[in-house]
Amino acid sequence: MHPFDLISVDSIQDAVKAQSSSPTAQQGASVRYIAGGTNLIDYMKLNVETPAKLVDINGLNLTAIEPAANGGLKIGALARNTDVAYHDTVKTQFPVLSLAILSGASTQLRNMATTAGNLLQKTRCVYYRDTAYGCNKRQPGTGCSAIGGHNRIMAILGTSDKCIASNPSDQNVALAALDATIHVTGAKGEHTIPIAQFYLLPGNTPERETVLEPGDLVTHITIPALPSGAKSYYLKLRDRTSYEFALASAAVVIKQSGGRIDFVRVAMGGVGTVPWRSHEAEKALQGKVATPANFRTAAEAALHGARPQSQNGFKVELAKRCLTHALAEVTRQA
Amino acid sequence: MAEHTDDASKPLTSLEKLSRRSFLSRAGAMGVATAAATVAPVVASAEPERPQPSGDPAAMPEIPGTIPITLKVNGETHQLRIDPRATVLDTLRETLHLTGTKKGCDHGQCGACTVHVDGRRANSCLLLAAMHQKAEITTIEGLGTPEKMHPMQAAFVEHDGYQCGYCTSGQIMSAVAMLHEPWGDADTDVKEALSGNICRCGAYPNIVAAVQSVRRHA
Ligand SMILES: Cc1cc2nc3c(=O)[nH]c(=O)nc-3n(C[C@H](O)[C@H](O)[C@H](O)COP(=O)(O)OP(=O)(O)OC[C@H]3O[C@@H](n4cnc5c(N)ncnc54)[C@H](O)[C@@H]3O)c2cc1C
Ligand code: SF4
Ligand code: FES
Ligand code: FES
Repeated sequence: MHPFDLISVDSIQDAVKAQSSSPTAQQGASVRYIAGGTNLIDYMKLNVETPAKLVDINGLNLTAIEPAANGGLKIGALARNTDVAYHDTVKTQFPVLSLAILSGASTQLRNMATTAGNLLQKTRCVYYRDTAYGCNKRQPGTGCSAIGGHNRIMAILGTSDKCIASNPSDQNVALAALDATIHVTGAKGEHTIPIAQFYLLPGNTPERETVLEPGDLVTHITIPALPSGAKSYYLKLRDRTSYEFALASAAVVIKQSGGRIDFVRVAMGGVGTVPWRSHEAEKALQGKVATPANFRTAAEAALHGARPQSQNGFKVELAKRCLTHALAEVTRQA
Repeated sequence: MAEHTDDASKPLTSLEKLSRRSFLSRAGAMGVATAAATVAPVVASAEPERPQPSGDPAAMPEIPGTIPITLKVNGETHQLRIDPRATVLDTLRETLHLTGTKKGCDHGQCGACTVHVDGRRANSCLLLAAMHQKAEITTIEGLGTPEKMHPMQAAFVEHDGYQCGYCTSGQIMSAVAMLHEPWGDADTDVKEALSGNICRCGAYPNIVAAVQSVRRHA
């Protein structure tokens, strides 16, 4: 691990000021916020992250989980994943988020991991993790070792010929289906970013993963209320029953009335380079009756643009079945 | 270099190869007196006294780049100087000599390093010690002693919840934390709750039995 200075801050302004001196908030940042540390310390040990300064933000008062305007929910950047997952409002109003968080990592990790840290966790691409290999995301211009390499766990949606790494988070898939908003304080003050605009497709610049600029501190997220009677669910498929990243996952929110689906949101995990909201699947379901055939049509629509690699072709069918099962489960509850 | 003395050209036994003393005695026999003289003090301190971790930090040698910290472990407050990069795991094991907490993967993937931080379990390999100075850290040494074991420790002995024992302290720390976490009663709940603790020996059935025996009597 490279040496670094560790400072701790007790105001948002001090935090923002400290990180603003980094030339970037993306890969290669020289100053990093540290929250739970469960992602950053891992990558610092691997020399994938080499910040010269760490800004410990755990002294900031950003842990609250509280009601927001119009029946929504506000979750502080430093709220621990465990506390979010077991929060009464989350369990009853937004079960998809609780299920998604509890399906990720282990209790030990979730006890430390924070909402913002989870939002910004890095890919688990094996070549990104190993500095012996070329990787455009870690070091732009060095090539993508996963294309034509070990790519079984990589993405099939949103890839480019520069990078095919998947976003590893479960929480983020639920937040995409819940249409969350990310609240940021930066060098130029406060601003909000809808989650649909927060993550960037790899394109030609896979080292840029989000729209965050130097200094930008995530302070909290908000989740708008769901229509009353809406149900939500998260299904995650992986190589073992627990403590493993998703090969495919689906976050679904549905409300039916008069036997038809009149509100629907679908997001997928394990298959996208970013948490993958599927408007195609939503369009296929809107106004339809909840039947296996309609679910299958929606799943076909969601995976229509899939571009599998040499080893992950199985993900196309796996993701379709994952979404079909999730839709069957959520409509069975309704 | 053909005229080695008989003594020096004899092949080294593997033990001799490992011993710095034997290297020096051979070097000495070859007449490299100056080298021996400069290296000798190092040899004298090759088996250093155990550091006294809880001493006065002012009296501690100032190793460049180290920072003074306070760490509260098992109810005791320690004043230490550490590298800012030191994890709680390395500080426990290398500085405080509390070696009950194990290092498996060092990346959050195995659970061998599980400790309690303010009553909640965490992987100590992913915690910077300097960031947890206010926390109450509990390790397996703080849970019980061989004479007075925690009921979970006794249950692991009773149910043979291990083979090599390397994962055991982490398993027990997780199991004790699980007692006050919101899990159901089933064996599958124990398996899920302890999924962050890998057992390379596969002692899982006995681990589940041990944890369930404590939960049923709690
Ligand atoms: C073995 C293992 C298995 C895992 N399995 C899963 C899984 O199955 N599913 C899953 O979803 N996750 C999984 N995880 C990942 C885990 O969820 C993340 O490590 C965790 O959520 C990161 O949160 P943190 O607070 O520890 O982040 P940190 O490590 O503290 O930070 C991560 C990044 O976020 C930045 N950051 C943190 N807070 C802020 C802020 N307020 N504003 C701006 N930037 C900020 C940091 O600078 C850093 O770049 C796993 C991790 C491990 C080690
Ligand atoms: S997939 Fe992306 S992260 Fe993985 S090696 Fe290629 S460029 Fe790097
Ligand atoms: S050593 Fe910490 S989880 Fe493996
Ligand atoms: S007893 Fe050997 S690793 Fe678990």
